[in-house]
Amino acid sequence: MNFIYDLHRTMMTQKLILVYEGDFTQETTKSILAMAERNLDSSGEDSSIKRKVFNVMVEALQNIVKHSSEKGTKAGSLVSSSAIFMISKDENRYSILTGNPIAKEHVASLTKNLEDLNAQDKEGLKEMYKAIIKNTQISEKGGAGLGFVDMARKSGEKLEFIFPEMDADYAFFCLKVNVSREKE
Amino acid sequence: MEILNLEGTEDTPKIMLDKKNGIFEISGRSLPEDSAEFYRPVLEWLEKYAAEANASTEFVFKLEYFNTASSKLILDVLSALEDIKGMKILWYFHEDDEDMEEAGEEFSELVEIPFEFKTY
Repeated sequence: MNFIYDLHRTMMTQKLILVYEGDFTQETTKSILAMAERNLDSSGEDSSIKRKVFNVMVEALQNIVKHSSEKGTKAGSLVSSSAIFMISKDENRYSILTGNPIAKEHVASLTKNLEDLNAQDKEGLKEMYKAIIKNTQISEKGGAGLGFVDMARKSGEKLEFIFPEMDADYAFFCLKVNVSREKE
Repeated sequence: MEILNLEGTEDTPKIMLDKKNGIFEISGRSLPEDSAEFYRPVLEWLEKYAAEANASTEFVFKLEYFNTASSKLILDVLSALEDIKGMKILWYFHEDDEDMEEAGEEFSELVEIPFEFKTY
């Protein structure tokens, strides 16, 4: 049972204030948001930073919900159809961290998409947002194709991502979105 | 015209569309699972209203938060309002919520309707 202590220590050293692992639905999204909001409120966080964190959380969680219908896979001996959502907090920033399986065929286009966003400055992201919202249609999964742009805008920092291999067909998409606690 | 009155929830906004009393308001939080489905009755109501609109309409947006899928539907709502004569948008934002102020400014650049910005 040492993993209990190990997990606890990992959470402490990574400064994680919330971890959720499992299936993601709109209902779990609402519960996670309510929990995180209580946490932010009780810590007396500045309201504009609180709003940015909330904003990034919603987009990150709803991204997972939309893509969790995609069939999971077996990685080693672990059946991993579920995803993970975490928030960390240190003196300088919050980080919203997510991980979910994606089919390897999507890795190249997603990487390009995220790199394109990271190449933009504030003004460039705003123009991208406006160009997409004018022309987009809501997809069958309910997305507007604006989630990552919005996260990048609210973050003000580069989106960090890696794709560790799960098996021949799947990678685990890990995303980190930072929200600075310094007031602008 | 019938009144469209939807109570707000933790993930959907309060909506009041009342032609007779001149109340047109979307307020609160908007992050529904299916934004297109949620806003469909609003767009249908506005389509009917456009055919028999009041001489002037002040449409209030007083949103605390909306997700990106809702932002697309809010633009659809604004586009539906665009063709109605005497239309004016009152865009409320919390006085320290620059992101909501900027979101209103961006919408105002995407449609040809006068916007008035107000804080609460």
